Amino acid sequence: MSALIAVALTLVALGAVAVVMTDDTSRQAVTLSVFGLLLSVLFLTLSAPDVALSQIGVGTAIVPLMVMLAIRRTRDKQ
Amino acid sequence: MSRTARLMMFVVAGGAVGVMLVLGVLDLPHFGSSFHPYRDAAVPAAVAHATSNVISSVNFDLRGLDTLGEETILLTSVLGVAALLRPAEDEEERKPRRAGSLLDMTRLFGYVFLPLTLAIGFITVAHGALTPGGGFQGGVVLGTGIHLLYVAGSYHAIEKVRPVEALEYGESLGAGAFACFGIAGALVSASFLGNILPWGTFGELFSSGSVLFLSCAVGVEVASGVIVLLAQFLHQAIEVESHVEAGKA
Amino acid sequence: MTYYAYLVAVFVLLTGVFGIVRSRNLIHTVVCLSVAQSGTYVLLLAIGYQRGVSPPVFGSPPVKPTTSVTDPLVQALTLTDIVVSATVTALLLAIAVQVHKRHGTVDPNELVALEG
Repeated sequence: MSALIAVALTLVALGAVAVVMTDDTSRQAVTLSVFGLLLSVLFLTLSAPDVALSQIGVGTAIVPLMVMLAIRRTRDKQ
Repeated sequence: MSRTARLMMFVVAGGAVGVMLVLGVLDLPHFGSSFHPYRDAAVPAAVAHATSNVISSVNFDLRGLDTLGEETILLTSVLGVAALLRPAEDEEERKPRRAGSLLDMTRLFGYVFLPLTLAIGFITVAHGALTPGGGFQGGVVLGTGIHLLYVAGSYHAIEKVRPVEALEYGESLGAGAFACFGIAGALVSASFLGNILPWGTFGELFSSGSVLFLSCAVGVEVASGVIVLLAQFLHQAIEVESHVEAGKA
Repeated sequence: MTYYAYLVAVFVLLTGVFGIVRSRNLIHTVVCLSVAQSGTYVLLLAIGYQRGVSPPVFGSPPVKPTTSVTDPLVQALTLTDIVVSATVTALLLAIAVQVHKRHGTVDPNELVALEG
């Protein structure tokens, strides 16, 4: 197994732990965006460019944007 | 159930599931092996239908029925979000405050990349049968690209450019076109979602029969769906507030 | 180490579920669900991978088609799944927003009773 794929897999595993362990939701949206980018790099090294294209658009832009908008709507206004 | 009890239960149950998954995974073929029976069946079928992008062929031609189901899930989710995020009786709309200053670099970036991104989105949808891409990826690029206007401009700018009702119609049109094409296939050649358009030559733009048409239909649907979804969230986050918050402000 | 990719996929799935269990905020829960779904994508693509071959796209002008490519079926499955699960995540976030409007909190420990 090539070193590039092994490094990409390790980064994805570390990224998953980072996303889950971030308790502040606004910070978690940014971490989720970076995790999406790491996933698309992994998909590219696994020779799946179609899937990487899909993941970049969705995981880096759309889902973190919706999470931030939902956070803004549910913030308690003291 | 208290928090520690829940965590203890997860340790036990999650551990059991983890062990079963690992045992199952160790029985799979080695990572990177050459045993792929589905691939050996799919690639010749796609090439026989003159499609260069085998994945698009699988999505829109060989397994078009699954894509119809996925489209329906998308349509239903957007419908559900529109129903849930409808402003309630005790909420009122307020004019969004003018935001602070915007860096000139951000504005330049937005104005340069907005037409580029839209062009890339259209090309990705139209060349779905030839290069990596297709309706889903191109639709996502189009749907997010238009929001560069929100990042580099203002909420008013994107409100003017984006007609939400027309896009809602556009989304249903995309999903309906897919289903109607399937019915047309059933009427013409007795198989639902059969590839009835002329196949063309392998590797040219107008090849692969129905993959181009269905890719465009899915592209329209996904792009409209993403824009409508983000429109609901933006509207809720920026314009709507409840009487309670208005009373406190 | 021939099973490293599959084990990473299982690890990401279990990490996502662990995040759901220990979460104190409904939005945090939805994000952890998204992470768990990513674990399944990694598993699918790892199954379809073959060492040293190109993706299953022959381009325009086309190269000679061959079956020495990565598996197109799991890739087709994964890419539609990514887009559709993003919209389902949107539905879950909309539910979280509605819960906040009705009950004033997004902490699952405080959402005790289902009111009639």
